[in-house]
Amino acid sequence: ITELCGAKRVGYFGPTQFYIALKLIAAAQSGLPVRIESIKCELPLPRFMMSKNDGEIRFGNPAELHGAKVQIPYLTTEKNSFKRMDDEDKQQETQSPTMSPLASPPSSPPHYQRVPLSHGYSKLRSGTEQMHPAPYEARQPLVQTEGPSSGGAGPKPLRHQASLIRSFSVERELQDNSSGYPDEPWRITAEQREYYVNQFRSLQPDPSSFISGSVAKNFFTKSKLSIPELSYIWELSDADCDGALTLPEFCAAFHLIVARKNGYPLPEGLPPTLQPEYLQAAFPKPKWECPLFDSYSETLPANQQPRDLNRIEKTSIKDMADFPVPTQDVTGDDKQVLKSTTNEALPKDVSEDPATPKDSNNLKARPRSRSYSSTSIEEAMKRGEDPPTPPPRPQKTHSRAASLDLNKVFQPSVPATKSGLLPPPPALPPRPCPSQSEQVSEADILPQLNRAPSQAAEGSPAKKDTPYSQPPSKPIRRKFRSEHQTAENHEPSTTVSGPASVATVKLHPTVQKQSSKQKKAIQTAIRKNKEANAVLARLNSELQQQLKEVHQERIALENQLEQLRPVTVL
Amino acid sequence: MAVCIAVIAKENYPLYIRSAPTENELKFHYMVHTSLDVVDEKISAMGKALVDQRELYLGLLYPTEDYKVYGYVTNSKVKFVMVVDSSNTALRDNEIRSMFRKLHNSYTDVMCNPFYNPGDRIQSRAFDNMVMSMMVQVC
Repeated sequence: ITELCGAKRVGYFGPTQFYIALKLIAAAQSGLPVRIESIKCELPLPRFMMSKNDGEIRFGNPAELHGAKVQIPYLTTEKNSFKRMDDEDKQQETQSPTMSPLASPPSSPPHYQRVPLSHGYSKLRSGTEQMHPAPYEARQPLVQTEGPSSGGAGPKPLRHQASLIRSFSVERELQDNSSGYPDEPWRITAEQREYYVNQFRSLQPDPSSFISGSVAKNFFTKSKLSIPELSYIWELSDADCDGALTLPEFCAAFHLIVARKNGYPLPEGLPPTLQPEYLQAAFPKPKWECPLFDSYSETLPANQQPRDLNRIEKTSIKDMADFPVPTQDVTGDDKQVLKSTTNEALPKDVSEDPATPKDSNNLKARPRSRSYSSTSIEEAMKRGEDPPTPPPRPQKTHSRAASLDLNKVFQPSVPATKSGLLPPPPALPPRPCPSQSEQVSEADILPQLNRAPSQAAEGSPAKKDTPYSQPPSKPIRRKFRSEHQTAENHEPSTTVSGPASVATVKLHPTVQKQSSKQKKAIQTAIRKNKEANAVLARLNSELQQQLKEVHQERIALENQLEQLRPVTVL
Repeated sequence: MAVCIAVIAKENYPLYIRSAPTENELKFHYMVHTSLDVVDEKISAMGKALVDQRELYLGLLYPTEDYKVYGYVTNSKVKFVMVVDSSNTALRDNEIRSMFRKLHNSYTDVMCNPFYNPGDRIQSRAFDNMVMSMMVQVC
């Protein structure tokens, strides 16, 4: 076969040689004599046995053949044409536009980059997926050998498939870890990754930090998958089992959810393309992915599936994200409240903070000893954002009226929001007023929450925040601020507490200037405040309940103690 | 090695119970149930003892002619009970401890899953796999 297809003469397997060789293999497998002329017949697709894997022939193979039969005659004619233009490999490659995205990999046989190939391969396979959803269950181990079978989707894809498959089979012996790559449905496209990253940012602005379990749970629950499935997805994606999701883990989880919603069954184990190391490694190199994907997705009309996936993902994300910002803020607020209350109750937490963030800042740290994993993550977030800012904070806010601070604070903080740095000013004003904070220690919860949802109102209510709770609210405030940049100064009118009123009064002049936009902003702020209030009230009642139970336990224990004491004395 | 492993919640209902498939499962369920009394006895005897790895491990709860039953309790009063075949000679204490430690770690992983509500039955596949590996170990 090698001789026939001309590889021996040329000295390497160029694209044409590949195609011819594969057709000859198919001919040989189907019992036809191996000759140049046999290529012209309609042939079934060649079958490759996976040496590494099960070695089974794909059950998708026969299914694919049906679809492939129609296209094979086309392919054979094209191959004949290719045969004639034997010398002009490169020209052939450039001629067919659909080959262009994949032209670069095949053109350099010794440099087959597995990943771009597999990307292209995966895109190709996506085109066939619409026809054959069934093979997916066995997709993972069968991926490579599915290549030949699924390549029947189209003549041009088949050509690519052929080249890809050949490269795969050649490289299979060379590199063991190629098997995971052609796993198309588990591969995250660049578009999808952007979505995931944006969603991650909406939950947690610092991309290098964690999303806590409760936040992620609320978010993923919106996807309306069943709880056991979500639980299983979590199990798969949280690789270090720390109860929190880093960005790659989050992307993996999101992708699994999207896949599940589109009907793919969940895998037994985390696919290699979704593992955190792979995703993290893939992050810094988006550039070669994007051109491949973009050009390819445009050129191949059959490439519906990933688009559908993306589209569906978009719609599902939009569904999920219908009210993502406020609710997530609220959940973030819950955490902050939890944290602030715990922090208020246990001032020693502050001293613990330097210790814990170091642990939780390490990506693989396991905060097992802490009952509140969310708290530790929050503190990590807080700490991660704190370092640049703490020193200036106390000074700025100390003796001056908060309102003055606010004006100055907002303006410089507007550009700061984009920079991603934690803007100290907005959070700081309240800190130096311990008397104020003490007075409103209970009311703090409400103003804090009001603050967070009503981004612009952060200034005045933020004053009352305890220092501990400031940093965690910052990310959310910052995010909102980017949304309501123009409406920043307007929210104060909706603030609740007394100390804030001073600031609000002083802010009114600036408010009046933009009254038209204010109303909308105010209304949204009111709505958000109400939601936050409701959530807080609920949380409060739950916490009260817990407090009661704890008190009862304590009483019971003390009783026991007293009962035991006289016994021991004797 | 172990023929039956059970995770019992604080309120003494089972969160997870798995026996080696060849055996009569009901018998093991009864054994685990009766061992709960012994566990409670040991817990109350500990009293105000500091929580320590050593005291999490309860040791041999009681031996029967065919089996030995070991116990382990966590800080949140979740109990692990393991029934071991007596014919498996010389299963050292350390090995049992290490098995319990692995159980505890897997249980913590299950807990970390935010979709898991404490008090639910444990349906995690990873936990399942770990338990199965422990049960098939020395067969």
